[in-house]
Amino acid sequence: METRITGRVWKYGDDVNTDVIFPGKYTYSISDPKEMAQHALEDLDPSFTEQVRPGDIIVAGKNWGCGSSREQAVTCLKEAGVGAIVARSFARIYFRNCINQALPIVVCDAVDGVESGEEITIDFAEGTVTTPRGVYTFPPPAPEVMEILEAGGLIPYVRKKLGIE
Amino acid sequence: MGHTFAEKVLACKAGLEEVVPGQIVVVHPDKLLTHDNTAAISKKFRQIGVERMADPGISIIVLDHVVPAANETYATNHRIIREFVAEQGVEAFYDIGEGICHQVLPEKGHTWPGALIVGSDSHTTTHGAFGAFAAGIGRTEAAAVMATGEIWLRVPESLRIVIRGRLPERVTPKDLILHIIGDLGADGANYCSVEFAGEAVQEMSIAGRMVLTNMAAEMGAKNGMVEPDEKTRAWLAGRVGHDYEEVHPDPDATYRQVIEYDVSDLVPQVAKPHTVDNVAPVTEVAGTVINQALIGTCTNGRLEDLEAAAGILRGRHIAPGVRLLVLPASREVLLAAVERGIVADLVAAGATLLNPGCGPCLGAHQGCMAPGEVTISTANRNFKGRMGSKEAFIYLASPATVAASALTGMITDPREV
Ligand code: SF4
Repeated sequence: METRITGRVWKYGDDVNTDVIFPGKYTYSISDPKEMAQHALEDLDPSFTEQVRPGDIIVAGKNWGCGSSREQAVTCLKEAGVGAIVARSFARIYFRNCINQALPIVVCDAVDGVESGEEITIDFAEGTVTTPRGVYTFPPPAPEVMEILEAGGLIPYVRKKLGIE
Repeated sequence: MGHTFAEKVLACKAGLEEVVPGQIVVVHPDKLLTHDNTAAISKKFRQIGVERMADPGISIIVLDHVVPAANETYATNHRIIREFVAEQGVEAFYDIGEGICHQVLPEKGHTWPGALIVGSDSHTTTHGAFGAFAAGIGRTEAAAVMATGEIWLRVPESLRIVIRGRLPERVTPKDLILHIIGDLGADGANYCSVEFAGEAVQEMSIAGRMVLTNMAAEMGAKNGMVEPDEKTRAWLAGRVGHDYEEVHPDPDATYRQVIEYDVSDLVPQVAKPHTVDNVAPVTEVAGTVINQALIGTCTNGRLEDLEAAAGILRGRHIAPGVRLLVLPASREVLLAAVERGIVADLVAAGATLLNPGCGPCLGAHQGCMAPGEVTISTANRNFKGRMGSKEAFIYLASPATVAASALTGMITDPREV
């Protein structure tokens, strides 16, 4: 895992739910991650899939990812190239799904300091998010969680633990 | 110092003296629930690279989301699941028609007080109505539980919601939980364990308690629970085939917050589009014209819900231009509703009866909406695009309110019909 990433911001509001991140109607009909990425956020921001670039960062208000437990709502963003999600708070299953798919997430109020299109830098070792209008701090992840992120997600982590390969 | 329900269950399951909120514990769940998403989970399971489940005895698989299969893709998914079940020797497999997982589990004895249940479905919280610790997890995690038999969980902080008073006529547990979610917000219980207590909850049927714990997920809760009592024991008798040890919170436990409500003056509530916490008294939205009415889902598809609807619709007919969809939560519920004549009453009143399952709840089949259409539903979510078009509108309400609205063709206060 990179300890420091810089990326262009897509800024969203509060309570963005998994149905608008990845519509329920596709949950059983699309299984290819690349195809999932083509529908990311389509009910919220149709411009996202057209303009997203690898390494972009989503910055949002509170309760990002509320709603269903669908993991595609993480997969589609990761596959679209999103490098990290920064939000005031996350819905709990979404939070777990990000860790398990090794998509870095940061809980802090950086949404107050940045607009869409601007750049921010996240420093995981320092626990800081630097925005054009201020620096925000966040607590480091628990060691158990860090281990999963560093392994590259839950599947590689479990493989390692079970001594596979 | 005393402990909350969540702290006690998780300490016990982790084999620790005690645990504190924020601590991460590794536990062996008693049950792992998966549904139509088992096809995707089985792929993840294979990616992990183990041949056999660590313990097929904990796995419960219910086909409920898109049943019968709506097209070839769904059919293939179902086939993959049936093959996986056979290969892994999963005995607790319920094929199409048995019902929605959250109804089938307790009916078939897989839910009991003190059990630790994880499920790859966000409404796994429902099982807390029986005094189980039950939380939703993601697909990859479900695959990892299959492979290892264990999972990490963060010990949550707890909220205690104490409900006083007695629910007025035609005001139901659904109205209560909508009111609470409207009050606390969609993240009002984020990461928390929510204990529902107080005389109104004690008075409630098991079905009513399941509405509370089901919708605890809509305020972000990790789990919801009601302390088991005589009603719980009676309901589970003959279903759970083994002894169990009930877990009750200590009276001196520490809560993040204790919140009290009095329901004596509560009126029917409605969640307006497009968020569950956008709640208003029914009087505020009465008169909104509807196209479709839905009674069912894991929130309100039980016998007392169908009964409440029949109580309003018996001997009458729904308004012209309205489609009323009724889907019992399980085969057991359907059979009971047939026996009592409730199905006949509803169908005679103009209802379209669907098979037990999730039906239109997730917008994949059986009653999707066209742009501009309005549905009033007993489900738990009204997000944009959830039931088909993203330009459609979903209102959430109790079975009585939905039935009253089907009768008149517009959102209607059930106390007035
Ligand atoms: S009825 Fe709806 S909310 Fe309940 S499990 Fe099925 S899809 Fe999910």
